[in-house]
Amino acid sequence: MSPDLATAAHHVRAATSESRFARLSLIAAALAFVALFLLLPLAAVFTEALRKGPAEFLSALGDAETFSAIRLTLIVAAIAVPLNLVFGVAAAWAIAKFEFIGKAFLTTLIDLPFSVSPVISGLVFVLLFGSHSLIGPWLQSHGIQILFAVPGLVLATVFVTFPFVARELIPLMQEQGTSDEEAALSLGASGWQTFWHVTLPNIKWGLLYGVLLCNARAMGEFGAVSVVSGHIRGQTNTMPLQVEILYNEYNFVAAFAVATLLALLALVTLVLKTALELRYSAEIAASRRH
Amino acid sequence: MEVRVQNIRKEFGRFPALDDVSLNIRSGELIALLGPSGSGKTTLLRLVAGLESPTDGTIFFGDEDASQKTVQERNIGFVFQHYALFRHMTVLDNVAFGLKVRPANRRPPAADIRKRALDLIDLVQLSGLEKRYPAQLSGGQRQRVALARAMAVEPNVLLLDEPFGALDAQVRKELRRWLREIHDRTGHTTIFVTHDQEEALELADRVVVMSKGTIEQVGTPDEIYDHPVSPFVYGFIGQSNALAVTLANGEIWFEDRPIGLRAPTEPDGPATLYFRPHDIELIDGCGGCLAGLVTASRRVAGTRHLELDLGRNHPHAEIELPPERTTTQDRARVAFRPTKWKLFRDEKAGNEVPSADVEAEAPVQPFELARTGT
Repeated sequence: MSPDLATAAHHVRAATSESRFARLSLIAAALAFVALFLLLPLAAVFTEALRKGPAEFLSALGDAETFSAIRLTLIVAAIAVPLNLVFGVAAAWAIAKFEFIGKAFLTTLIDLPFSVSPVISGLVFVLLFGSHSLIGPWLQSHGIQILFAVPGLVLATVFVTFPFVARELIPLMQEQGTSDEEAALSLGASGWQTFWHVTLPNIKWGLLYGVLLCNARAMGEFGAVSVVSGHIRGQTNTMPLQVEILYNEYNFVAAFAVATLLALLALVTLVLKTALELRYSAEIAASRRH
Repeated sequence: MEVRVQNIRKEFGRFPALDDVSLNIRSGELIALLGPSGSGKTTLLRLVAGLESPTDGTIFFGDEDASQKTVQERNIGFVFQHYALFRHMTVLDNVAFGLKVRPANRRPPAADIRKRALDLIDLVQLSGLEKRYPAQLSGGQRQRVALARAMAVEPNVLLLDEPFGALDAQVRKELRRWLREIHDRTGHTTIFVTHDQEEALELADRVVVMSKGTIEQVGTPDEIYDHPVSPFVYGFIGQSNALAVTLANGEIWFEDRPIGLRAPTEPDGPATLYFRPHDIELIDGCGGCLAGLVTASRRVAGTRHLELDLGRNHPHAEIELPPERTTTQDRARVAFRPTKWKLFRDEKAGNEVPSADVEAEAPVQPFELARTGT
């Protein structure tokens, strides 16, 4: 090949492109990583669960304690996710649309649950509501049970999953600014009408993402919940806790059977998210730019 | 509807955005708020709308005090700089929004709302596009949807914030003419904000020139251009030259010689002479004139612009001549005298950087003279 041709060939490739070899090895590395750390464990969960056949698998899921763990997880998520939906929208609204003293502090505070170890999050509630705390005796004398009961589980879950909705919405709302709301108000709409007809539609996809992620984490949370739960069988064990107990008892089939449910939850979340992106990509893109 | 702004002051934190501004807007008028960025023009528009509340002062709509009312109660139509169309609604739903959100007792029947919205879409020449979403429209089309949406509520006053700012030059020109037509047809009292003087002078019945939170001058485009009342307006509107001169015995001196202009009633002392590049005459012999060396010559459309170096301290002046004038070679000497000019007493406010206290230093009776002798 003459030098001229070599430079010509060199020019054909776009500036940001790489050679075939580099591209293939990058893709291979990424795929290998995904297979090793994501697909393999997932496959392992399902093979372990079905090792002794579908009958054993189903009977493990039919166990009364396991059933109660599933129910408890659903209850906790059903309370924590709507709460964080409301909190998240309110916090994002306040941060994105208003100027006030301490705004930067509040923004940092919202991220706190991400930066604090979940175990610490759980311990905070033990210190707050435990029998040696300030309000613990008062709660006890009034017969209010927070630790080792559903309220404690909900509190810990709400704390840990707080950032998901807010984090998703803040950049979106900041980018959209306040002029849509001002337009609605100037046309005579009330505050609520503006929220329902203008603000909410503008953020609905971001909100849905946030809720999906929040829900996945709420159902899968282990650390914080483990500290406040007390591990009372059939009463305060959520699914992740139940998995741990079963595993520690060498009841591998049952442990992995419950784990498959959590894995399925993750898969469903992923599929929903992708489906939404495919179905509404144009609208999502439009609501992100102006 | 008539709009009266009385002694409005607005502070953001400690920063005064508007300082004691008063303005009367006549019913049916098309008025432009013109000024550089930071002059307070948008703040004034938002105060009239009720999107901001004044620190002090009152705004009347007709005889009613509007400053106590919320933005919803004022019944205004506001067109935002970037239109702020509701992106998840069709053009039709956008235009109908203001009528749909009315409380049930004031809301027209659905069929009427639809008809009115379609009429407006027709008025802004977007018939056939009513089912489109904003993302499917061009910039100019979005602008027109925004205008139709604002007009749907039959507003007391129509407010437009930099209505053509985000459009390219060609569309801008068309829309300008078209907005004037719409205004003449519908007769809404209209206030628009712009930093583009050409836009303001071409479109508006009256122009309000603003600077640093105060109103510099209110007048028809002719008055603003031909009779600027302050150095700021002289410098901001159109081209102008500013020269530091001295008055002695009613004669105007530039550096060490009289320039053949007289201001007989003026006391002696320093002043600044303002004149426009095209308001000059060339002189052959210089018995009292301004004279300088050509440092640059540019042909701009139908005229020739000469930049001159006027002397010792090298102050610059620009003059305009018919293009066939050929005294354009570099360093040629040109003698001229302003035919229309104005004198301001201040401490050398340059025309690009108007000094802050221009308003405070009331100019001494600015007056214009036809040229006096040679």
